[in-house]
Amino acid sequence: MKNWVKILGICLLLYVHTAGLLAEVPRLNILNETIRALYFHVPMWFGMTFLFTMSVYYAILYLRNPSPELDRKVLEYANVGTVFGVLGILTGMLWANYTWGSPWHGDPKQNGAAIALLVYLAYFVLRGSLDNQEQRARLSAVYNIFAFAAMVPLIFVIPRMTSSMHPGSGGNPGFNVYELDYRMRMVFYPAVAGWILIGLWITNVRIRLKNVEEAIIELEDEK
Amino acid sequence: MKNKLLTALLSLFTVLAAQAQSSDVEMADTMRSEGKIYVVVGIILIVLVGLIVYLLLIDRKVTRLEKQLSDRQR
Repeated sequence: MKNWVKILGICLLLYVHTAGLLAEVPRLNILNETIRALYFHVPMWFGMTFLFTMSVYYAILYLRNPSPELDRKVLEYANVGTVFGVLGILTGMLWANYTWGSPWHGDPKQNGAAIALLVYLAYFVLRGSLDNQEQRARLSAVYNIFAFAAMVPLIFVIPRMTSSMHPGSGGNPGFNVYELDYRMRMVFYPAVAGWILIGLWITNVRIRLKNVEEAIIELEDEK
Repeated sequence: MKNKLLTALLSLFTVLAAQAQSSDVEMADTMRSEGKIYVVVGIILIVLVGLIVYLLLIDRKVTRLEKQLSDRQR
């Protein structure tokens, strides 16, 4: 991973955490200052979706041309993606407690996100339950594609077909009012880009660590 | 011409000096203004920078491990 990518990610996040708290935001009832949570809660989901997309991309590559390196990539992208997803759920619960009235509101998008995370947790359970390395890699790559295919409708389609309290679904205008607000875009888009870059960096470190681990095991086997 | 410029500059300084005296004693008040939000920004930035530095250190550690490993593999 190139150094300038890391520096860009750091600079974007430093800007987002300063401007996100200090810049002007629209004044709306109920939301009040919590509107700023948009800069920190939503990028977690963008980051998760991006990392899961990378994971399924490498899963397909693995099935076309199997190699242990690709399997490690599939695993680590799913790993870091899940961390982002858990952070998204937790920040969402805190936000919901003060704007919707309770941390778990049974909102379709909230439920969908939780189910999607459980589907991905099953991916790790599946991996843990198989000893043979090739079998584990192949079966979990197939399951990874299924998990991705389940996540997309659970988070992006079903909540929009029913009435969700999340903005932009079921005729709920919510964010449409201020998503058009250029002041918020100036912080929101850098936030998404910054967190995606940091997510890529963490994944990069984890993959390299896993590669070193595997190489050491191989060295010891040779002895 | 030169004189005019000098008087203009001098009057500017007197105005600035007068302004500085008229307001209450200005100290480093940024961190205490507007409900002390800047303190929160500072705290969040410390946490963020701390975590990023930690990630950077892990990154360097992995690089070192990779080097050690490639030395041994030779």
